[in-house]
Amino acid sequence: MNLLFDPVGVSHYLVVGAILFTTGLVCMVVKRNALGVLMGIELVLNGANVNFVAFGSPVLRGEQASILGLDGQLIALFVILLAAAEAAVALAITLNFYNNYSTVDVDRADDLKG
Amino acid sequence: MSSSVASLLPVLAAAEGGLNWQGFLFLLFAVLACSLAVAVVVADNVVRMSFYLVLSLGSTAGLFFLAGAEFVGAMQLMIYVGGTLVLLVFGVMLTAQEPFVAIKTPVRDKLLAGLVGGALLAVLLQAAVSGPAWSGSTAEGGNAVASSSGQPSATPLGMALLGVRVDGDVASGEQSPADGQVRSGYLLPFEIVSVHLLVVLVGAAYLARSKRRKSSGGQGGGASTGGMR
Repeated sequence: MNLLFDPVGVSHYLVVGAILFTTGLVCMVVKRNALGVLMGIELVLNGANVNFVAFGSPVLRGEQASILGLDGQLIALFVILLAAAEAAVALAITLNFYNNYSTVDVDRADDLKG
Repeated sequence: MSSSVASLLPVLAAAEGGLNWQGFLFLLFAVLACSLAVAVVVADNVVRMSFYLVLSLGSTAGLFFLAGAEFVGAMQLMIYVGGTLVLLVFGVMLTAQEPFVAIKTPVRDKLLAGLVGGALLAVLLQAAVSGPAWSGSTAEGGNAVASSSGQPSATPLGMALLGVRVDGDVASGEQSPADGQVRSGYLLPFEIVSVHLLVVLVGAAYLARSKRRKSSGGQGGGASTGGMR
């Protein structure tokens, strides 16, 4: 485990992104509250964003050029914007579901179950 | 004191002795972000989950600042923490009736999810640590932030969003496209995202508005079918 002995590089950010992604995925799977599922989606998008910023970072690789360059930060910006749009729509759907069924439990949304 | 801390955690040790502040801040923000993300999963109360999520995303913004992406970090704080999570907290407030604040998950499902998540985490960590292409790290940690501080990233980002790339080509390393080849910026994705955001917000306002029960006409029926779609 030489990760603890190196100065902060891309690999450290990748580890953080992996942990955020996994916790977000587990959160999406485990939570029965629809808003908890939404929070899991936010965590997953953030883990991906950490990876994009790390690959596009101008400082993490020292003398070498970064892998993605400016594209990494731009993709991260677009991900943030689309996450905002997605959260707005998902929240509207959740509120509508709550108005119609008076619950936010996603296990109760089984009208289309065969 | 600082040398003992540096000997305890070698990632903190700077080249010239003393505490490496980039390593220290990275470790602080990384531990905060990861532990608060785990707390989001572990917590049952949805109000506490949203609070932990706010703190976790804020710590991630700190990581962005440390990576030299200060504009992305600021946008993370403003859009995510300031906008998206306020929206989420409003959703929590609107639906926080007593039986839905803490919906229990069966322990069997939690165990299964933990097993699958642990396997995925092992694969991702193995890929993150053993990748040869990105393992090249900084020569000296302390110098990196200082060398990047004179070049804010907001200007090239804004120019790229306007369709002009002022940064160098990543592949060839040249600073400007001297051969007349124009590299496309991000003007078209920017426009698409703008229109997308407008359409999505109008649609969300249409979906989430409260239904009027008073007029039992075709208008109410259309609204309900629009809501069910």
